[in-house]
Formats: sequence, C-alpha cells, structure tokens
Amino acid sequence: MEKQKKQSQFKEVWRRLKKSKPAMFGLIVLSLLILTALFAEQIIPYKKALEMNAAIRLKPPSLEHIFGTDAYGRDLFARVLHGGRRSLLIGFGATAGALFFGWIIASIVSYYGTRVDNLLMRLMDIIAAVPMTLMALAVVSALGPTLQNLIIAIAFARIPTFARIIRSSMLSVVDAEYIEAAHAGGAGALRIILKHITPNVSGTMIVQTTMATAQLILIAASLSFLGLGVQLPTPEWGALLSEAREFMRTTPLLMVFPGIFMVLTSLSLNLLGDGLRDALDPKLKS
Amino acid sequence: MNEYLLEVEDLKIDYQTDLETVHAVNGISFTLEKGQTFGIVGETGAGKTTTALALLRLLPERTGKLRQGTIRFDGKDLLKQSLHDMQSLRGKRMAMIFQDPMTSLNPVMRVEDQIAEALMLHNTDGKGKAEIMARTDEVLELVGILPERKRDYPHQFSGGMKQRVVIAMALACEPELLIADEPTTALDVTIQAQVLSMIRELRDRLGMSMIMITHDLGIIAQTCDKVAVMYAGEFVESGTLEDIFTGEEHHPYTQGLFGSIPNLAVKTDRLNPIGGMVPDPTKLPEGCYFSPRCPHCMDICRQVHPQDVKRGTHTIKCHLFSEVTHG
Amino acid sequence: MDKTVPIIEVRNLKKYFKVSKGLLHAVDGVDMQIFPRQTMGVVGESGCGKTTLGRTILRLIEPTSGDILFKGESITGYSRREMRRMRNRMQIIFQDPYSSLDPRMTVSELISEYMIINRTYKTRNEIRKATADLMETVGLAERLANAYPHELDGGRRQRIGVARALSLNPGFIVCDEPVSALDVSIQAQILNLLMDLQEDLGLTYMFVTHNLAVVKHISDRIMVMYLGQVVELADSDDLFRDPRHPYTRALLSSIPIPDISMRDSPIEPIRGEISSPINPVVGCRFAARCPEATEACTGRDIPLRDVGGGHMCACLKVDCRDNPD
Repeated sequence: MEKQKKQSQFKEVWRRLKKSKPAMFGLIVLSLLILTALFAEQIIPYKKALEMNAAIRLKPPSLEHIFGTDAYGRDLFARVLHGGRRSLLIGFGATAGALFFGWIIASIVSYYGTRVDNLLMRLMDIIAAVPMTLMALAVVSALGPTLQNLIIAIAFARIPTFARIIRSSMLSVVDAEYIEAAHAGGAGALRIILKHITPNVSGTMIVQTTMATAQLILIAASLSFLGLGVQLPTPEWGALLSEAREFMRTTPLLMVFPGIFMVLTSLSLNLLGDGLRDALDPKLKS
Repeated sequence: MNEYLLEVEDLKIDYQTDLETVHAVNGISFTLEKGQTFGIVGETGAGKTTTALALLRLLPERTGKLRQGTIRFDGKDLLKQSLHDMQSLRGKRMAMIFQDPMTSLNPVMRVEDQIAEALMLHNTDGKGKAEIMARTDEVLELVGILPERKRDYPHQFSGGMKQRVVIAMALACEPELLIADEPTTALDVTIQAQVLSMIRELRDRLGMSMIMITHDLGIIAQTCDKVAVMYAGEFVESGTLEDIFTGEEHHPYTQGLFGSIPNLAVKTDRLNPIGGMVPDPTKLPEGCYFSPRCPHCMDICRQVHPQDVKRGTHTIKCHLFSEVTHG
Repeated sequence: MDKTVPIIEVRNLKKYFKVSKGLLHAVDGVDMQIFPRQTMGVVGESGCGKTTLGRTILRLIEPTSGDILFKGESITGYSRREMRRMRNRMQIIFQDPYSSLDPRMTVSELISEYMIINRTYKTRNEIRKATADLMETVGLAERLANAYPHELDGGRRQRIGVARALSLNPGFIVCDEPVSALDVSIQAQILNLLMDLQEDLGLTYMFVTHNLAVVKHISDRIMVMYLGQVVELADSDDLFRDPRHPYTRALLSSIPIPDISMRDSPIEPIRGEISSPINPVVGCRFAARCPEATEACTGRDIPLRDVGGGHMCACLKVDCRDNPD
C-alpha cells in the first residue's frame, strides 16, 4: 500500500516534467555529462590527461586527439573529461554541503522562532555580506588550495542563501494548522521538522539545489582559474581555462572545449531546475 | 419601460479547460421586476456565483463559456452589448458586491478614492472633482462610515466596515440592480445583522432590485420576495417567499436543506441531513441530478431528466409532482 | 464515574499576547467546569477568545496565568513529557479541514500518525487495523485509505480530522468550529456523527462555534464569551429561553430565522463594533455598545454571578439572588 502511493506522486511530477522540452533537454544533457564524468576512466584513461609530449604541442583536433593537444602536448579530450569529473564533484559536493547546513539552520530558526531567528540569521547576513566568490576565495586561501578545501570553502559561502530561501519557505509552513495538529498528537521538534515541514518545502529545496549546483561549478572554475583551487597539473575546467589564456589567439580551441562543457552543464542544470519548479508546483495543475 | 428589469432565459454555462468541461449552469430562467428582491439559495458548487458573474458578463475569458440563453436588462440584450457598453452599465446601472471584503478592496488605495473611482468612471454629465468628493461623502454617510475615516486604507477597517465600503462603492451611482453574492457570510453574526439591515434600508430607499445569493435560509426569509433553490446548475424549485417557506409541496432537496439546519425554535435529537454528496459537475448523472441522493427516487428519476412542474407561482423540477407520473 | 469531579476545570485562566501596541487580552480570567459526558458549548464572535481558550486548555498555547485541571489534577505545570502523556486523554478537532491536514500524507497516514508517535500499538498490523476501524467509525470508505486530502471534499476531510482526534482514545475533545467551513448539508452529517460518537464512546466535548443554532443543538451547557471574558453561562435550554446578558440577547436576536412570519418585525441590530482587545479598559467591555449601559458599568470589572439555578451572568442590570448590589 505504501509503495503504491509514493510512486504515484513521483509519476505525477515526472509527467508534468516531461511536458517541458527545455527541461527534458536539460535532463538528458546533464545525464550525459554525469555519465561521462563517472565513466571518464573507461572512456579515456587518466594518464592520457597527464602525459606530456613536447612534440605534439598545440595540435588541432585529429583522430588520435579528438580535441587536440594543449601547451604540454597532453590530450585535451582526456583533460576535459577528467576535469569535468572534478568540476562536477566540487559542484555537487559543495551544493550538498551548503544544502545540508542551510537546511539545518533554516529548520532551527523557523521552528524555534524569534530569538534564535535573529541570532542565526544575522550571522548568515554577515557571511552573505561578502560576495560568494570572494568569500570562497578567502576561505580557501586560509585553508590551503586542495580539492577538499575548495569544496568546503564554496559550500560555506553558499550556506546563507540556502538558509534564507529554505527558511522563507518553511515560515509559510510552520504556521499551518497541520503543524499544530502534529503538536496536538505529541510530536516533538525532530518529527515535525523531518516529517512535516521539510517534505512540504522539498519543492523549493530541489529547485534551489539545481540552481546552486550550476552556480557553484562556475565559482569553482573561477577559483581554479585564479590558481586557488585545484592545483596543476590536475585538470579542472577552470584550471584548463586558465592554462588556455595564453593561447587564446593562436589556439582558441583550448578555451572553447572546456568552455562549452561548462556552459552545457550550467545550462542543463538551470533548464532542469526551471522545469522542476513548474512540475512540482501543485497549483499549476488545477 | 419594460415590464421586467431583468429577464434571463435558459442560461447554460460551462467552464472549459483542456482536461474537462465543468457544467456549471444548466438551463436557468427567471425574471426580476423593479424593486423586487430575488434570492438564490444553494450550497457550494450549485452555480450561484457563476450565474451572478454571467449577468455582468464577468465570466473568466479563457474558460467561461456561455453556451446558450439570453439575458435582457431593461429590454437590452446584454449578450449583444459591446464591451464599452457593458462597462458603462457595470457600476452604474448594475452593481455587484462579493463575499470577501478583504479581496474586493484595493489595499493601496484610500477608501474615498475607491468610491470616487466608481463615480468618475461613470461621470457622463461632467461633474467636477468637488462634486464627486461631495457625493463620496454622502455615500459614506449612507453606509455609516464616519467622515474622518474616509482617507484611511482598507486594512485599517474591521471586516464589517470593509463590507460597508464595498457596498458604498456599489451604490455610489445608485444602480437599479444590485447583485449581492454572499455579502455577509464572512462577517460576525451581530455585524451581519447590521449590514443586512443597512442593505435592506438602502434598497428600499433607492427602490433597487436585488439578487441575493446565499446559502442561509434565514437571510432569504428576511430579505427576499421570490426565491429559487439551486442545485447542480439548475433551479430545482422556485416561487414566491410563501411558496418556498410555507408551501405544502417541495423538491426533496429543499426539504433536505430545511432538515439540515438546527432549528432554534424546536429541539430535535438528530438532524436529517441529505446523504451523499454534490454531483461532479464534469460528470452529471443521467436523469435527475439529485437522484443519487434523493430519498424518494423512482426508476424514472434515474432515466428521464425532470421538467418544471408549475403550480401557479410555484415551480418544482421533480417527477414526484409531474402529471405524467401521477396520471 | 464520580460525577462531581469535572473532567476539565479552568480557574481564572488568562492568556495575553504581547503586540506592538501593548498587551492583547485574548482570554481574560475564565472560570469553567466541564463534567464527564457533557458538551460545553462556547459561543462568541471573532475576537472573543474562544479559539484561544480551547488551545490553551490543551496547552497548545501556554497560559499566561491561571490553572487548568484535568480530572482534578493540575496540568498547568506539567513538563513536556507529561503533557505528551496527556495527549492520550485530551484532543482537538480543528476548524479548517483544508489546512489542518498535511497535504503530503495519505488518509491512513494522517489517521495513524498519532498512534505511531505515541507507540499505542506494537506492530504495524495492529496500527493498520486500528486505522481501518477508525475509518469505519467515522464513515470513510476503505478505498480512500491511500487518497490525499486535496482529492477529497470538506466533509470527508473533516471526518479524517475526527478519526485522528479519536485515535488515541481521549476522553475529552475540544471541537474548534468543526463544521463552520462545511456546507449546510454536510454540517448536519458531521454533527450527527459527533453526537453519535459522544454517546457510543462516552466523550466529553468543548464545542466552540459562532453558530448559535448549532451550539444549541449539540450542547448541554453554554458559555457566551465577549472580548476574552465570560458574560453568561447557563444550561442550553435556559440560555435560549431566558437570555439575561444584553450581549447574549443581542446575539440571539441577530440571527436571521428562516421563518417568514418574523419578516415584518425586523430586529434592531446592535450598534457599534467590537472594541479592541489590546489594553482593554476596566469595566464591562460591552458597555460601549450596550443599550442598557450606565455609568456604573464602566467603573469597575463586573464579575460573573449566579442568577438562579446555575445560570451565571456578568451584568449589573441583572437581578442577582445571592448578592443584591
């Protein structure tokens, strides 16, 4: 009986999502990108991304090197694919972190009310006062430029936005009578937050997640571009862009390929996010 | 001058969406004379509000479809009027007040401006601003709002006072017809009494005709001259006030309505509610729409849609009273 | 059962809310006793405090001062854990069947939730059976078990609310305007259901409403509230036969009666609006609108006094058998 019901909710959302061509495009492209990232090693081994060969520097695309080679003779296709793996990892990882902590703060603040609200949200305001990229930059500088630290830094910078948006959705739920009904049944804070409040703001959270992922991948790329993220020779889209800067006029493809991948990722995430927002909105049905 | 101020014949209205067709109004007819008050009583989904909106041609553009019927106001065929002509009728000769004063008023406009707006829109004889503001004051006094409050915003008023403002706006141009759609449902009982009393008084003073839409039989008893009971888009019973309240014969739905209300005068142990639910307007039953819930349902009721049976001023749409079934 | 111990007793209960303009006196010194298997009707218009009163008794809202007793025991000071146990004994049915049900839960989940929280049963099967039984008791078809609230009409949703309130087998239920949001014919169905349940299960109700006809039908004793205070308290028949407080009389005469013989003698509606519950003045709060008010009415607070046979009234003008003024 239980299983039956969960499926139908999902099916309904899926049916609505399918109606949106842009959203489906986004979903397909994103899925392909994720698959290539997951199976990057199978598609082309990582060592190809690191193998330097001065003889074949800056070569245009050929059968052997589909995207051509970079300044050190390394296969660009391998670097873009494996770079994507890292970029996506950072993007999804940072988003997950920001989502989790943002959700916790929003839950506490909307459930316990005014005093805690003021304290925590002012703290969020302080962090948010610094533009995200700069904040992430500051944190990663302090912690040291590694992949893990990059994820931490970017997640940290994004927490306030998640907290604010989720809190805002939760506030409209927290006063609902069904929450009072849950109290009347003896439910405690944890149960109410997990079983009543969160599911009813899940729409907002899902949409925010897709939007944030796109944004954070770009921020990660910016930081790597500045040399504060993933360290060379490890590939990452932003780092690749940084490397390609010198050769912008002579070998533009060095920028174009990683650029296209970044754009596609960002675009597909945003399209999917938009489509999900519409599909999850029950009011649009009736 | 025509005999009737308002004549409606065989009105049928659907709401059409991509997925389904809602049969909101299924063939109603009535007339209204000058100075008369016609009450339409029914529960949610009966089609009362749809009817009211149709009279002013305010049905939602995309989905509201007037399939057939005529609406004549003072002899004019309203369905043939241009938009411009309808606009000059609305607010000036025909006005409407809605149930929820909260949403009827513009929250960012001062109260006197909202009333003045109605006057300015219909300012055909070129009144100056001073004259209009003077008239606004008059109207506010008429509905019992102190002049010092006229520059306040809606949120500064209580529910009852907001509804008075809405009434002031509707009556500013002294319309001949007022359509009141559940005007006091959202108000407290003592405020309701005030507002109803005021509506009655103003109606008498201005000689207005009124259509009072409500689910409250008590309000009908106090304000109306003729009544129609609406169910699933039809008038299942109609007649004068006496016909409905003291008549011998009634449509089973009407009986059910009276039986559902706890009576202040007589103590009863159990109420006699009508079993079942209102039919799905996208899938109306065969035969009589009330047949699934009717305690007197006969075979014919499930197959043949009942016709109006007229007994003088009293009309009942039910096979129980039809000469055909009773020979 | 010992009939002299009221199942619910409330002593000088007050609930004030701090608002920007001052202190809002939502419930201002209410004394009340409800005896087992009785229905205490609480009537009043908006702002009278009846809804706050119901919730405060259940400590869904914390009282500002005063005492609440359940079967003689004071529950005002109970800890959260102790109050949790009390949920098994005192419950509430909400007014709005649209907002009181979590839109993401199915009918059976909504009904079984309380039982799960309170570990009423050990196995899932037991819970499932109890849920099915409750659905039958309130007249909800079995096939609706996996339906969502938005798929159902108001009457069915309210039945879910009733089933949920019954799920922990409470003895006392606060019915907060349970039929006000429903159509007239559905109202009657739900009222009949509530009355049948009261008889079958020996329930005690506090029935809050603004509808006098409904309250008369279902109550044994009725309490009339105005701006946070009780102005009259009497047995149901008594109140309607002989209303003493001017507000009660005004309230009763304001109801439009579906009787056309009354048409030509329209009632004189009571003037004015309800005054503000924020920082209210000393004295009778109804005085500003009362046709019989005198200066004495506004000087000091008017207490509730017995005017004969358990009929209580808070008005100077009313003869009091015990304490002539």
